[in-house]
Amino acid sequence: MASIGQSAYPDLLPDFRNLGVMARVLVAVNGLAAAGVLFATPSPGGALEHFMNTAAYLEPLLLIELLVLAAVSPLLARLPYWTGYAVIVGIVLAVVAAYHTLVMRLPAVPQPSLGPVLLLAALVAATLLAYLRLRAKAYSPALVEARLQALQARIRPHFLFNSLNAVLSLIRRDPKRAERALEDLAEVFRTLMSEPRQFVRLADEIALLERYAGIEQLRLGERLRITWELDAAPSDALLPPLVLQPLLENAVFHGVEPGTAAGDVLVRIERRGDRVLARIENPYVADQQRRVGNRMALENIRERLTLFFDAEARIRTSADGRRYKVEIEMPYKSERA
Amino acid sequence: MIKVFIADDEEPARERLKELLGDIAGEVPTTVAGEARNGMETLERLPQSGAGLLLLDIQMPGMGGLEVARHLAALPEPPTIVFVTAHDRHAVEAFELNALDYLLKPVRAERLAAALKKASVPHREQLAKAAQNAREYLSVAERNRIVLVPVREIIFLRAEQKYVTLRTRNREHLIEEPLVSLEREFAATFVRIHRNCLVARSAIRGFERGGGSDDEPHWVVVLDGLDERLPVSRRQWPGLKELVAEK
Repeated sequence: MASIGQSAYPDLLPDFRNLGVMARVLVAVNGLAAAGVLFATPSPGGALEHFMNTAAYLEPLLLIELLVLAAVSPLLARLPYWTGYAVIVGIVLAVVAAYHTLVMRLPAVPQPSLGPVLLLAALVAATLLAYLRLRAKAYSPALVEARLQALQARIRPHFLFNSLNAVLSLIRRDPKRAERALEDLAEVFRTLMSEPRQFVRLADEIALLERYAGIEQLRLGERLRITWELDAAPSDALLPPLVLQPLLENAVFHGVEPGTAAGDVLVRIERRGDRVLARIENPYVADQQRRVGNRMALENIRERLTLFFDAEARIRTSADGRRYKVEIEMPYKSERA
Repeated sequence: MIKVFIADDEEPARERLKELLGDIAGEVPTTVAGEARNGMETLERLPQSGAGLLLLDIQMPGMGGLEVARHLAALPEPPTIVFVTAHDRHAVEAFELNALDYLLKPVRAERLAAALKKASVPHREQLAKAAQNAREYLSVAERNRIVLVPVREIIFLRAEQKYVTLRTRNREHLIEEPLVSLEREFAATFVRIHRNCLVARSAIRGFERGGGSDDEPHWVVVLDGLDERLPVSRRQWPGLKELVAEK
């Protein structure tokens, strides 16, 4: 079921294993319940008691719903959007029905009748799905824009012209190396200028890092020393494009170029359980010539990580006077899951 | 034959300039008198190299090209300078505005030839206007040598007729820059205490009543690391009092 025009951002069912989605569902449903109770009871004191009773019925149900949806979420992701939509509403109703029959057997809990409860559940589920879809839609243009901004911030003219200059100097002395350098440069720019995509494989991002590093090496020679620790990097992990390359570029621009001595840069990417950790370190050089620019790239990456992973990704920076470190922590997602 | 000195932190960039100089040797004959990888090296090597023209990269580690040029201006026979930059929008704007010669990387042979022919010795004022940051050093030319004095080591600057005396904990130098422009450039680090004197804010330990023999009592500055006391003029006192209150 191809969506119109195959846009880069088709409708996606919410990922119920995501903490952000869970939190939104919990808050929304409880908010609705509280509002309903306020309308139904005249006195505030009665409302509180009524709400507690409702909550006693509602919370276990809500948690069970979320657990079930989280469990089937990977299967749902393979369905076309509207089929998945219907299936989710169906699951919600089925769980409500089962839960309701079970609860009817307990004497202590107040007993609403099944019909209205099912109707209410269907309404709430449909509304929440619509809300999550709209929310995703609202963020898609932001995502494209963020990416464009990133693009502009990242092609530092400084890098482009210095690299071209370095290649020019090689053409007579070492034509083979000049060819390789131009190929690297072409590939870096192909990636930078490619159609906006939602995510790439980590292996592709690492390839980009290596091409980029090759060019910088040519320019800076022995001044740039990069240590790669990639043995434990999960090459099939998915992440938003161009999350790591700007960080390496920053490391070179702020940590190596302004220094008169050689600069050591560390790139370490590893998987720990269901998390992917990436760390980039560079020497800390106090330099008034090039303070600006770093913050912007970091903010942009943070924003895109949030759009892609919601609340489950983190980016941290620290400096101890000698080294500057950026660490990214994100959930391990692969194409198979 | 022009003796050219090349200053750039990237080895390929220096190689490229040498190649180009070779290419245009028929039109503009040159020899390479020396090379440097950063600002400090340039200041160390250029005066002895006998170079008359400097191809100077703007973005270099340690000390940028513009500050290098400002120190070279202290030499008795400063070289003509052509700045080179890959991309520095602000610098380029400032250069245009102050009529300084510059080339953009990658440099073309024709442009280089033209620049070598018309290159000039930049004036101090031109350079000062083009600069965005205060210098980190002040420079004193001694025969074929440039002595750099870190600004953070300077305790006070005092105008004396044609020169300004620059005082550090251990030494004294004479420099040929007007006190007014020094005051403007280093407003963040120095404060004026007298018509003829700027003192480093960090070096002020306190104030004392000077033993004025005549009518009115006046104040003197007590310095960190120097026994000398400097008189405060009546006009500067109100502003300085606030400084003391802040400390």
